[in-house]
Amino acid sequence: MTDTQSNRVDVLNISDLSVSFHTERGMVRALRNISFTIPDRRIVGLVGESGCGKSTLINSILNLLAENAHIVSGVIDFEGQDILKMTPDQLRAVRGNRISVVFQDPMTSLNPVLSIERQMIDIQYRDHLNKSEKVARAGRMLNRVGIPDPENRLSNYLHQFSGGMRQRIAIAMALMANPALLIADEPTTALDATLEAQIIQRLRKLQSDLECSILFVSHHLGLVADFCDNVVVMYAGEMVESGTVRDIFHRPTHPYTRALLECDPARIKIKTRHLPMIPGSIPDLLHLPQRCIFINRCQESEKECRAGSPKLMEIAPGHFVSCHLCAGEGV
Amino acid sequence: MPTEKRVPKLTAAPGFRTLFIPLFRDPLALIGLILVALIVFSAVLAPHIVPYDPNKLNVHYRLQAPSGDHLLGTDQLGRDVFSRTIMGSRIALKVALISISIASALGLLLGLLAGYGPKWLDNLLIVFFDTVRSFPTVMFALAVVTLLGPSLETVILIVIVTSIPVYARMVRTQAQSMKNNEFILAERAMGAGTPRILWFHMLPNVVGPLLIIASMDIPVVVTIEAGLSFLGLGVRPPTPSWGTILNDGYSFIRNTPWLVIAGGAPLILTTLGFTFLGEALRDIFDPKLRKVM
Amino acid sequence: MWIYLLKRIGLAAIIVVIAVSMLFTMIHMVPGDPLSVLLGPRATPELKAALAERMGLDKPFAVQLVTFFLNVLRGDLGIDVFSERSVAIIVFEQLPFTMVLIIFAITWSVALGIPLGCYSAIHRNSFLDKLTGIFSVGTIAVPSFVVAIYSLLIFAVALKWLPAIGAGKEGNLLSQLEHLVLPALAVGLGWVGYIARLVRASMLEVLGENHIRTARAFGLPERSIIYSYALRLAILPTVALLGVGIGNMLSGAVFAEIVFARPGIGKLIYDAVITRNYPVVMGSVIVTTVLFVICTTIADLVAAALDPRIRENL
Repeated sequence: MTDTQSNRVDVLNISDLSVSFHTERGMVRALRNISFTIPDRRIVGLVGESGCGKSTLINSILNLLAENAHIVSGVIDFEGQDILKMTPDQLRAVRGNRISVVFQDPMTSLNPVLSIERQMIDIQYRDHLNKSEKVARAGRMLNRVGIPDPENRLSNYLHQFSGGMRQRIAIAMALMANPALLIADEPTTALDATLEAQIIQRLRKLQSDLECSILFVSHHLGLVADFCDNVVVMYAGEMVESGTVRDIFHRPTHPYTRALLECDPARIKIKTRHLPMIPGSIPDLLHLPQRCIFINRCQESEKECRAGSPKLMEIAPGHFVSCHLCAGEGV
Repeated sequence: MPTEKRVPKLTAAPGFRTLFIPLFRDPLALIGLILVALIVFSAVLAPHIVPYDPNKLNVHYRLQAPSGDHLLGTDQLGRDVFSRTIMGSRIALKVALISISIASALGLLLGLLAGYGPKWLDNLLIVFFDTVRSFPTVMFALAVVTLLGPSLETVILIVIVTSIPVYARMVRTQAQSMKNNEFILAERAMGAGTPRILWFHMLPNVVGPLLIIASMDIPVVVTIEAGLSFLGLGVRPPTPSWGTILNDGYSFIRNTPWLVIAGGAPLILTTLGFTFLGEALRDIFDPKLRKVM
Repeated sequence: MWIYLLKRIGLAAIIVVIAVSMLFTMIHMVPGDPLSVLLGPRATPELKAALAERMGLDKPFAVQLVTFFLNVLRGDLGIDVFSERSVAIIVFEQLPFTMVLIIFAITWSVALGIPLGCYSAIHRNSFLDKLTGIFSVGTIAVPSFVVAIYSLLIFAVALKWLPAIGAGKEGNLLSQLEHLVLPALAVGLGWVGYIARLVRASMLEVLGENHIRTARAFGLPERSIIYSYALRLAILPTVALLGVGIGNMLSGAVFAEIVFARPGIGKLIYDAVITRNYPVVMGSVIVTTVLFVICTTIADLVAAALDPRIRENL
């Protein structure tokens, strides 16, 4: 898809992705009809509760799903090819090279028994540089993410760094190959607020320097509003709303989005003993009824909501919602 | 004196259904169960089910192959091997029962002391445990036999001494991890004394894993007894132990294979049976114990 | 690393000291006078007098203990009552035979056990995995001396494929290897199972960890992930286990040497026990215990070298 006006090619285009898992108890339909795009050089935020399918989505983009996963339908278009149909060799050319990931907890997601240098050299295995060149490149990258005295610290091990530094190392590793897309899976959730701010600032600068896109998964709505350009809201395996940050935060349309924003503690202006929350819990993904997924927690549901799953509709340019109640507002 | 409330178990004790259903589903566990039942029955009922007196000599019929009369043949003194084998199960289980009971009791005590008591005591006991475990088992056994002379009691003593460190260490680990458990801290804050805490809280949670480890130790103990008896350093003749039968068989291995088979087969069946069953039980009750054994 | 090294070696030294003291104390706890205990009923008055002087029996216990220690450190483990040779020399003459047996046993059990465990982890629930599982439990359970006797019966006596007795002709490598097969089989068989199970469990645990997922997300080749990343970590418990394994194999070796009438420490100590040759028994126990402690220490040091996290812990 090309946007001829600004000459940008979308980095990633997910269409109608549905993934299920075979389990002892039956087929768990983890993702259903997910469609969104990550435009070039844009930061897309992915928002949703635990269990909404974010991890499955990330694993799908990398095609690193578990053995019992079944890709029911969908295409993930990346640089002209469908990731879901790539061969293992093609996938290895993409992972860590064109698409990188920074995971949530750097203490467990990086290798604890190999030195940082070794890990950073290993991921450059595709490049035809000699060892000292690879080491130098690693050192430069560490410098870029703000690790002091990088040449000497390369020989250290993970446990010798603080939490914030570890995450910087993870970011350095992810961005070293200058990927087109960086997936950041709640990169600051394990860090305190000051560290979070520093990391985000760093990421912002890196993103603009390297001109990559970022898929930023987070719970922290304020952070998403601040950092991201576009937002995708997920609920229980479905995409319920997506659009620009303005669309989502100023004109939230789907009842879930609205409820989420209302529940954000940062929005509370008046002292209260009662923290708002969304009553109920996410539905059982084993036995999905043929109706709107959010119905049992929605304050505004109507008769038609029981009729079937709503379709994704564009209610304003670039602003998509999946809700029966918005049917009349189509473009 | 307030009425005792029921102590909440910190580890779940499985009920009947959680225990038996997985047990029956696992083919190895079933085999283990059958074998163990077989051995236990034969040990308990031995004097009543042996077809012949195990010590009855009949030199005219020495070293016979198995026949209708003698299911496993006869040994070099004409004794019925089948009867001796069955009696042997008595010795094996007797040694196992006595030594493991005493060793677990002592191990429990020392382990609780080490885990819950003061640090200096813990360090002392740890060094003691590590030292005993630094002797290769057979070497230690031979040294003790040299000093005390071979006998059943010596075997039992050896088994007890070498088993205590293993049990004690396990109990110690459990006690240590529970020592700082919030429940225990709360009890202490309410003024509960150490003996009470040890008896009502530590003990119930430690006994379970200890029992599992102890029962998985049975094949090891049976092996030690048989091994020492095989060397002629354990049970004194004419008492029939599988080890002594094996020894006889070894001496006459070129004459007949049946003695060796008769001595070895029950050993294999017993160790396999208890191991299969023990592993299955361990996996049901507390799979984390895989790290200990 | 060096601090850990020193601490670990220090600990080992303490254990050796206490172990030897325990042995010494055991001798004295036995009823009867220590001279008869140590020298047995065959001791001549001259030998007794000589030993009494060396041990300083009239001096307090603590002094005797220290004297004993100093003697051991000097390499003086006493005199063999029968041949009147130094016990130390006798023991060290026999040690190489046992070491060769143990090394062979470890080598083949590791060579078979690690790949089996690795394969089982990677191809979980496959037929070979299940087979390996049953085989492992089975061989761990069965006592090694039973394996020794049965293999003697089957392969040496019945089928006559391999020799039954001895260590083979001096200088003839093939003959010696031939004589090693069955004993090494007996000693190592249980360990194949142990190692395979341990490697399988460790590999599965490591393969489930987050950093392996990251390695895959970075597109590292699967081979590299399994061998350089996963196996390297999964091997650790095995390394530590092998240290203990040597002590266990020593026990197995004792039986193997007796069953196959091989020369070695096992046969030496067994004959000594039968003939009540106390100095040889004690000397053998001391030497093998020290050896065992050395092996476990080395195993722990290797593990610490492989996993930097261990070094922080002692």
